[in-house]
Amino acid sequence: MPELSRDEVRHLADLARIDLSDAELDHLAPQLNVILESVASIQGVAGDDVVPTSHPIPMTNVFREDVVVPGLTPAEALAAAPEQEDDKFSVPRILGDEQ
Amino acid sequence: MSEQTVSWIHKTAAEQAAALAAGEVTSVELVQAHLDQIAATDQGENGINAFLHVDAEGALAQAKASDERRAAGGSLHELDGVPIAIKDVLTTKGLPTTAGSKMLEGWIPPYDGTVTTKIRAAGLPILGKTNMDEFAMGSSTENSAYGPTRNPWSLDRIPGGSGGGSAAAVGAFQAPLAIGSDTGGSIRQPGAMTGTVGVKPTYGSVSRYGVIALANSLDQLGPVTRTVLDSALLQELIGGHDPHDSTSVPQPVTGLVEAARDGAKGGLAGLKVGVVKELQGDAWSPAVVERFDESVEVLKKLGAEVVEVSLPSFVHAMAAYYLILPAECSSNLAKFDAMRYGLRVTPEASPSAEDVMKASRDAGFGDEVKRRIIIGTYALSSGYYDAYYGQAQKIRTLIIEDFKKAFEQVDVLVSPTAPTTAFPLGEKVDDPLSMYLQDLATIPANLAGVPGISIPSGVSSEDGLPTGIQFLAPVLEDARLYRVGAALEAALTEAWGGPIAPAAYKEKN
Repeated sequence: MPELSRDEVRHLADLARIDLSDAELDHLAPQLNVILESVASIQGVAGDDVVPTSHPIPMTNVFREDVVVPGLTPAEALAAAPEQEDDKFSVPRILGDEQ
Repeated sequence: MSEQTVSWIHKTAAEQAAALAAGEVTSVELVQAHLDQIAATDQGENGINAFLHVDAEGALAQAKASDERRAAGGSLHELDGVPIAIKDVLTTKGLPTTAGSKMLEGWIPPYDGTVTTKIRAAGLPILGKTNMDEFAMGSSTENSAYGPTRNPWSLDRIPGGSGGGSAAAVGAFQAPLAIGSDTGGSIRQPGAMTGTVGVKPTYGSVSRYGVIALANSLDQLGPVTRTVLDSALLQELIGGHDPHDSTSVPQPVTGLVEAARDGAKGGLAGLKVGVVKELQGDAWSPAVVERFDESVEVLKKLGAEVVEVSLPSFVHAMAAYYLILPAECSSNLAKFDAMRYGLRVTPEASPSAEDVMKASRDAGFGDEVKRRIIIGTYALSSGYYDAYYGQAQKIRTLIIEDFKKAFEQVDVLVSPTAPTTAFPLGEKVDDPLSMYLQDLATIPANLAGVPGISIPSGVSSEDGLPTGIQFLAPVLEDARLYRVGAALEAALTEAWGGPIAPAAYKEKN
């Protein structure tokens, strides 16, 4: 298994939208490699003939009646919003400086 | 104190329910007794810290309503008026729900999870929300953002995790019943660490609606109690199909209370028990094995036929789990984006939404959550997907096949619940792999969806801390666990001269 470099850990954290500090990278990167090394043992254990399982109890086409039921009021839905405006969630700008 | 004074907190849930029905006690008295125990034992330097939030006012109001229902006559649920604690992973309308994370500090959910709804409908007063590893990631409750829970048996030890709060609350007589969640052992392993009973029901048999998801294909809510019968009563209450959960199984899981009552009468003649070959060996502490072997001898004396069975793919279960779980959790926790609810940290200058997200997730998540999100992101990235996540899903198939073959030979499987007794606080905080090994025996059940129970097997001859024994049954055959669990519990309790309990909290004679 390829060892994860510090830059790769930073890249993965970026993908996961976590702003790791340098100190955190120093702390976490070696631990991540220990974990990856231990799970790498499963590579090649199961051949092409084994079907993957995503759910322990397979179910297909789970339907229910499409009935209108009361939902949350706007006030309830927005009660925990960090910021709100005009019955809507208010978010920071979504475009970068260059866009 | 007169000799007639009954210590209600030391009664089982079934006994408390019977006393309510007989008019010997009121629900208000029961709730107050538990609130007093929480006040006396949970806070401060030597407090257990099992609760993140205690709702004294709400619980007393619900108790009063229960007493009024009873006075008015009519049919009540058997557990109406018996107090309960709920792991902070399940939403409770109007009560804080944090999942042990700074990310959700102060969040008051606008809705009840289905299990909360069932608990309220049956009339069980809710004492409060219990501590847990952040987003249920951990085996010691040390990953809680609100400080660890201490083990009632020894305050410098972990109570297990992630549901250490529920297990410690029940073990320290702060609550007779609690709800836990088990994704890789988070109900059963804390049960073993605290000398209590914990059950992971068949996957899909208890609704996950309102559970803050860790890994959807593995998570399951279940009972945390001091006796097998109490777990049966609680599982029957919380189980059943739920249209709000598309993975909810349509078949009801029934006959649990009956199985527990039958089991307690003794005899296990005709039952075939398989000792799992792969869950033995050097990883298991001799003191745990000593109590386990003793319990197996008791099973034989009760008439069970005990054989060894091999489930060869179990050796890969941990590796598969620690790929599947991070993959699912990295996706699940993407919803904590600081936009609609939860923590928002705004960096200086004129940050974009993405900057805010990254700063908030860095500040709001603890180390273990970050580790798992990053591993999951890696396992799902293109180029690695087949080698890791794809392989893990295939291992899952092999484990399910192993279970099927084993259950053609035996009715239930048995192993120790956890490899060791409770370890000292702080010992494994920066050693994730060694922490993961705690769940060696419990993980296969989650991968395959089968039900499992942990009951106390005694106390270790090395350190005096409790040990647990785990039984596993085929999907939807939860009743088998209750029968064998209750039979063993009855025999062991008789041999011990009463149930085991931590010296500092047990009933004084």
